[in-house]
Amino acid sequence: MSLSNVFNIAGSGMTAQTLRLNTTASNMANAESVSSSVDETYRARKPVFALRPPTPEQLRDNQDGLQPGQGVDVLAIVESDAELRMEYNPGHPMADEKGYVYYPNVNIVEEMADMISASRSFQINAEMADTAKQLLQRTLSLGQ
Amino acid sequence: MAISFDKAIGLHDDAMLLRARRAEVLSNNIANADTPNYKARDLDFQAVLQDEFKKGIQQPLELTRTAGAHVYGIAEPAFASDLMYRIPRQASVDGNTVEVQEEMGRYTKNAMDYQASFGFLDRKFKGLNTAIKGE
Repeated sequence: MSLSNVFNIAGSGMTAQTLRLNTTASNMANAESVSSSVDETYRARKPVFALRPPTPEQLRDNQDGLQPGQGVDVLAIVESDAELRMEYNPGHPMADEKGYVYYPNVNIVEEMADMISASRSFQINAEMADTAKQLLQRTLSLGQ
Repeated sequence: MAISFDKAIGLHDDAMLLRARRAEVLSNNIANADTPNYKARDLDFQAVLQDEFKKGIQQPLELTRTAGAHVYGIAEPAFASDLMYRIPRQASVDGNTVEVQEEMGRYTKNAMDYQASFGFLDRKFKGLNTAIKGE
């Protein structure tokens, strides 16, 4: 039944957006977590979204046409390889032997924009599921 | 005289199924609004319904094709039930062609159309009920 698939699709969208929001929160919370070497420093984390492949049933129903797909998947969470921020601060307890401390490569402005985008996308997915619910409820009252 | 339910109900049940399928396709577009390289897709409702007409008893009014070069309606019925990629007004830099506002508009309109088809079907059944009871 196509309409109940909408719930799965909207659910996958909401899950993906929640995960995106989680990485944003983690990035923002760790924006000032300093360390004394490049390897130990926190790096901004980003989720990778991809179209969820069609199910075997869908492939069987429609063998050569374009498939509708089944929502969105989070393939992986990757770390940003942007340059870390180095600061000369010999008095800092975390400073290395040359007197540098390392700050994460989190861009707060970018993270804020990401956060707003994720929350809007989450809302729109929730609204979609709500509409599908109303349609199904009305369909159940057919002929009454 | 036999009562044919197919004739009595008409196209509205097919239309409802098709609307439900389109809701799935459109919701998939919206869920993938942030997926890199995702291309928005949709189906041509009118063309699919034309195809249903062809299969069924009822025949729609059609333009006469007097030359071989005349094309059939919007899309060839054979391809009508296939999904097609949407042509974006403004694609994103990450290759995504979903325009969320437009997709949401289409999704909502599709939901309204579904409700309309439901209303028609519901009244057909009510009418049949009245006819059977003879009230």
